[in-house]
Amino acid sequence: MKRDILTSAIGIVGFTILLGLVYPLLITGVSQVAFPGEANGQQIHLDGKLIGSKIIGQAFEVPVLGKNGRPQEKEGKPVLEPDRRYFQTRPSATEAGPDNAAASTFSNLGPNSKATEEAIAERIKAYLALEKPYVPGLTPGQVPVDAATASGSGLDPEISQANARVQAHRVAAVRRLPLSTVDGLVASYTDARGLGFSGEPGVNVLELNLALDRLQGGAG
Amino acid sequence: MTFAGWLTIVLFAVILTALALPLGRYMARVYTGERVFLTPILAGPERLLYKILRVDPNHEQHWKSYAKSVLVFSLAGWLALYLILRTQTLWDFTGLNPTGYHSGTWNVTFNTVSSFMTNTNWQYYSGETTLSYFSQMAGLTVQNWLSAGVGIAVAIALIRGIVGRSGKSLGNFWQDLVRTILYVLSPLSALAALVLASQGVLQSLSNYLTAHTITGLTQKIAMGPVASQEAIKLLGTNGGGFLNTNSAHPFENPTAFTNLFEMLLVLIIPAALIFTFGRMTGNRRHGYAIYGVVMAMFLAGAAVAYVAEAHGSPAQHAAGLHTQVIAGSGGGNMEGKEQRFGIAGSALFDVVTTVTSCGAVNSALESFTGIGGAVPFANLSASEVIFGGVGTGLYSILLYVLLAVFIGGLMVGRTPEWLGKKLEAREIKLAGLGILVTPLAALFCTALATASHAGRLSISKAATGPQGFSETFYAYLSQANNNGSAFAGYTGYVQPNAGNPGAHGITFADLLGGFDMMFARYAPILFVLAVAGALAGKRVTPAGLGTMRTDNPTFAVLLSGVIVLVGALTFFPALLLGPIVQGLTSHLY
Repeated sequence: MKRDILTSAIGIVGFTILLGLVYPLLITGVSQVAFPGEANGQQIHLDGKLIGSKIIGQAFEVPVLGKNGRPQEKEGKPVLEPDRRYFQTRPSATEAGPDNAAASTFSNLGPNSKATEEAIAERIKAYLALEKPYVPGLTPGQVPVDAATASGSGLDPEISQANARVQAHRVAAVRRLPLSTVDGLVASYTDARGLGFSGEPGVNVLELNLALDRLQGGAG
Repeated sequence: MTFAGWLTIVLFAVILTALALPLGRYMARVYTGERVFLTPILAGPERLLYKILRVDPNHEQHWKSYAKSVLVFSLAGWLALYLILRTQTLWDFTGLNPTGYHSGTWNVTFNTVSSFMTNTNWQYYSGETTLSYFSQMAGLTVQNWLSAGVGIAVAIALIRGIVGRSGKSLGNFWQDLVRTILYVLSPLSALAALVLASQGVLQSLSNYLTAHTITGLTQKIAMGPVASQEAIKLLGTNGGGFLNTNSAHPFENPTAFTNLFEMLLVLIIPAALIFTFGRMTGNRRHGYAIYGVVMAMFLAGAAVAYVAEAHGSPAQHAAGLHTQVIAGSGGGNMEGKEQRFGIAGSALFDVVTTVTSCGAVNSALESFTGIGGAVPFANLSASEVIFGGVGTGLYSILLYVLLAVFIGGLMVGRTPEWLGKKLEAREIKLAGLGILVTPLAALFCTALATASHAGRLSISKAATGPQGFSETFYAYLSQANNNGSAFAGYTGYVQPNAGNPGAHGITFADLLGGFDMMFARYAPILFVLAVAGALAGKRVTPAGLGTMRTDNPTFAVLLSGVIVLVGALTFFPALLLGPIVQGLTSHLY
């Protein structure tokens, strides 16, 4: 018994140093040298300023202006709406606003809950309000599933190709670009299935939006 | 459903088997002390570790002595982890708490510590808003390794008991632990961590980033040394995410390729151990028969989950959303799922991590459809024998094998024999108890939590109707099976601000869950080691004409029957009240 206690105590201290400090620091060291971009979150900088991570979803929103020309507030926080010039990411259930990358969370909405139906109906309504002016005849049944469901992490960087094709109409109209140009950009920022069969193709929204801005010479 | 989806499931099973065969052979050599290709590099460190730990690896341990070492070592790990988590700010001098987070409350820490020590990794806390990098590395990562090591050691001890021809020795716990860490986990984990980091899993010690988005908003982005923990979290079937949404988070699982890779990491050791068992007992075909049984059950679960999730949920249909596959969209129940994984990648991942005791998730189980969610329930109801956790899966299914051989023996009217050893009352009683303690813990805790006001405090507001029961049942079932996946709406920690100020734990859920995990981890371990001890002393008699074969399809069918029957008889009433009701109705609550 005494022997076990002594060995256990030494073991815990020793393994903590070995597996809890040496191992992670070693992996950190190698990763920072070998793949610094990936290990540091694939940061994207624009004019020397960090604007986000390639693989973390963002809300492309702007403050809603009131009648007096100043941003509207609700409960002390500015009211935001989608920026029509940009493709929009999937719904997100993170607290303190969508795509909160400091506190990822699931929506945890159950399959048979009224709350889920209401949330999805709400998202369909918002999607139609944004896209229907540019895609006349868009019905709730045509809303792509990913556009009306919250992602797992709340930080999904991608949308489906179907979703991008709907949004392309709006983006092209607002930016006064030919639809084919926008569709072309969508295609070039679409990630294929992993190894050709794993997962679903997806369109990286941040990269696509940046490409649009670049095309038109900086943020429009 | 898509062709690519089905292909993913089938190819995954093929790749897994192809990789598990050589690893199983390698591990058998490691645990029988034979030379392996890493011996020249690792023999030195191995001897050094024995010296530092002051153990004699040749000291043979009787089952009670082996069990004592397991328990004392686990207790020491518990105390150390509790100390580290409760003194989080004391370690600020290391520079590994850039966010300046304070410690969590005592009750949630009790739950977390019990959770990581038992290889459960149930998480009431959220990683990026409560823990410092130091706590994650020196605290949680360490237990990710050690709990996996303990599980594998116990399984190896059981195999030694089965093959032991004289004496009562099960080997030496410290030797098994050190060899597991050095020869099995270290090379795999280091390799996996680097592969993950190269694909975009974080491995950084920098403070959280602040990005200024192109529409003028700011976004704070959590960072951390994720890849090193991610690798061992999966390999050790631990499952505790560095970040709150676990493997759904792009920083833990950035691409469809990493998704596939992570699933392989989860199953590789549990799958290989079955082959190790076949080799160490000298009856490889017996190992193949067991592998066939669990693989068939695994594939059945994956198929059911995929079909159910591709169909979509009643709430989606009621809201007017069309869930079939269209050009450019995979359709299905995408609530709580990530675009890059799609339906098949999400359903398969969640089956992979619930057949094993991994419990990592890449999508929200709470948002799975009734039937899709019933698959993880069924996997847990089978008490983690379908591959199961590292070590725990093997020793659990071997108890079922014992039971199947016994029942088979009764049916043909002969004294049951298993691998040359006669099975008698003592082993069968111990195996029976070992099988029953986990369901007992799960159902007792579920009943207590459902029936009491204190238990119902944990149910989330949105979980109305049967969903509330499903949440509760899943919580205690998952903790009892040391799985750790969750219907994540169920709460044990209320945290209004990042960094823990003003937070409070829900004591009832934290403590009940903590005891649930510890009881259901160590009681079966004791029974398993007792079975090993009882078998170790028995003489081996050569197989005769009347010996029931344990390496043919008949036996595989018998074993499947025993597993399904025990699981169904124990859990069917409870399953009916939750997921099955939800799966059979399109009614909204």
